[in-house]
Amino acid sequence: MRHEQIETNSGLMLLLILVVISIGGLVEIVPLFYINETVEDVKGAVRPYTPLELRGRDIYIREGCYLCHSQQIRPFRDEWLRYGHYSLAAESQYDHPFQWGSKRTGPDLARVGNKYSNQWQVQHLNAPRSVVPQSIMPNYPWLLQTDLDYSDIVGRMRALRWTGVPYSVTQAEYDANVKIFGKATADLLDINQAQDTLLKQARDREFDSNPVRLTEMDALVAYLQVLGTMVDFTQYDEGYFTKFR
Amino acid sequence: MSQSSALPAEQYNYSIVRRFTIMAMVWAVLGMCVGVYLASELAWPFLNFDIPQLTFGRLRPTHTTMVIFGFGGSALFATSYYIVQRTSQARLAFPWLAEFTFWGWTGGVALGVLSYVFGITQGREYAEFEWPLDIAITLVWVSYFAVYVETLRRRNQPHIYVANWFYLAFIVAVALLHIFNNLAVPVSLTKSYSLFAGVQDAMTQWWYGHNAVGFFLTAAFLGMMYYFVPKQAGRPVYSYRLSIIHFWALIFLYMWAGGHHLHWTSLPDWVSTLAATFSVILLMPSWGGMINGIMTLSGAWDKLRSDPVLLFLITSLSFYGMSTFEGPLMSLKSVNALSHYTDWTVGHVHSGALGWVALVSFGSFYHLIPRLWDRKMYSDTLIYVHFWLATIGIVLYITSLWVAGIGQGLMLRSFDDYGNLAYTFIETVEFMHTPYVWRALGGAFFVAGTLVMVYNMAMTIARRQAAAETQLSAQPAHA
Repeated sequence: MRHEQIETNSGLMLLLILVVISIGGLVEIVPLFYINETVEDVKGAVRPYTPLELRGRDIYIREGCYLCHSQQIRPFRDEWLRYGHYSLAAESQYDHPFQWGSKRTGPDLARVGNKYSNQWQVQHLNAPRSVVPQSIMPNYPWLLQTDLDYSDIVGRMRALRWTGVPYSVTQAEYDANVKIFGKATADLLDINQAQDTLLKQARDREFDSNPVRLTEMDALVAYLQVLGTMVDFTQYDEGYFTKFR
Repeated sequence: MSQSSALPAEQYNYSIVRRFTIMAMVWAVLGMCVGVYLASELAWPFLNFDIPQLTFGRLRPTHTTMVIFGFGGSALFATSYYIVQRTSQARLAFPWLAEFTFWGWTGGVALGVLSYVFGITQGREYAEFEWPLDIAITLVWVSYFAVYVETLRRRNQPHIYVANWFYLAFIVAVALLHIFNNLAVPVSLTKSYSLFAGVQDAMTQWWYGHNAVGFFLTAAFLGMMYYFVPKQAGRPVYSYRLSIIHFWALIFLYMWAGGHHLHWTSLPDWVSTLAATFSVILLMPSWGGMINGIMTLSGAWDKLRSDPVLLFLITSLSFYGMSTFEGPLMSLKSVNALSHYTDWTVGHVHSGALGWVALVSFGSFYHLIPRLWDRKMYSDTLIYVHFWLATIGIVLYITSLWVAGIGQGLMLRSFDDYGNLAYTFIETVEFMHTPYVWRALGGAFFVAGTLVMVYNMAMTIARRQAAAETQLSAQPAHA
């Protein structure tokens, strides 16, 4: 075909452009939904976020934390020493949207969970330079001053359930969760108990060191403290995960 | 031809082009000032002032949105509406719909920017608009498509000029990317969750993100280049054959390259290897475009000495060539292992965004403004001043971020004699303070140049049209 035919026919040109630009995405993205090895099998170790952690994650996104912190450890020796085991696809399988990030103005947070105490996290978020003098992170004093709004937690969980996250509404869904995650976890994922679950977790753990008030700080610290803690890597042979790459 | 008797300003719809040109400069000033402020926050964190709306995390998307979609988008609307009319020798179709694209786009960007500082965001880089704005933008984009294609269909020329191929590909591709990357389930008007999760979501996002660069910031601006460089140089495009080959190759290959943003992550290796391969091949059509643009000046190089507008255009192509070489280099897995997550990436983006996108837009505007307002530029000297302020700014910016990025990358992976990490993370942050100061200074230079242009443009528009200058409009209206 001579190019003259294309450049004198706007319809034909449009059609050809559409075909040419569609191929790359079709080949590279569509198979990711169908190839089973894309997401590692960790036997139900990774669970969806609890209601409180989910609210914390929403705050993480609202404040744009992902613009300076990645949540994706690469398989290099220095990253292993600094952050821990490289990240698995399974660990972000319930992340809508993913928060892998693209820039480390601050350190990676994929395994920050349980690395520092709750008090340290609160102090650091409130005034980073009071614990790390050279830090360039902004202060987030309003997290401690703002009551956590959890009125729409059911709506949030329902939306996520719609995307495929196994939060349960029906008894059948709940039973399925018990089978995969065990009863204690299945209760955390039950939308019908969401508000109670959220309040209970905040009360039990006292993330922001203030038992009287439920603040945004509680939720954010709850989220940070769970990051990267779900998979117990001692359970797997070193070579196990490489077959998925 | 019969059209030759009419003045271009009457024959064509210039009013929409004028308005988009002005808005492009408004967004440029706002977006770049916020950029300098953000750069300063990294050097002097007290500038966050404990005010939520001013913190880096909330302000950064306003910067990227204002410069990419505000400035870049408006520049593309302006130039595409101008070029499609001139090269088709037809007046813009559906004027009311074109009007809607102006208000829709300007309003959409403004609302988006406001929503970010109040914490309303999808949390997807360069696609932070929440779903109601995404839908509004889709409507604007469909209207843009309709206006553009219908104007093309009404052309009084058998051939579609090469600049329009690039704009067409840009309009179609951005629609495709925007729709698939923003699939989400709403919770409320201000909150939604993306349909995809984890690895699939990451790949979709970077398929979008990289092609926002490939089509929004590259293909479309190549369309701009293909009209304004030959026009300003007064010479035909260097090679027609090259333009065909590099056009189809460019739009095909770009769509494969997004995975290089996810090297060494949980993305399966086969995707990132494919993406790296295509990224390297992409060098060829990229340089095809650069060569076609620069060689258009072949035989008329002396014009660079006397024409500051050409200086903008040719320098922009040089930066385009440089950053499209740097890009494939950084897409190699071994280089990426060092460069990724560091400021090298940020510097790379800015050598493209400031060096290529902004300079080619400024050059095109300096060509356009006299024709749109039918008078000469207020000052040629100020165009030179702008050029040097901008160029010095870019060089300072990218050099300091090479130092910051490569320096940090090397520090993070160095070990002492016992095999322990040689540096803590915070030591690399300390190291980057000085380059960050220089980067902010580079940005300030660039903004200063933009302000000079705004002044020059305002004086041009404001001053009364002298009789002698109406000559510009007396030229026949052929493309």
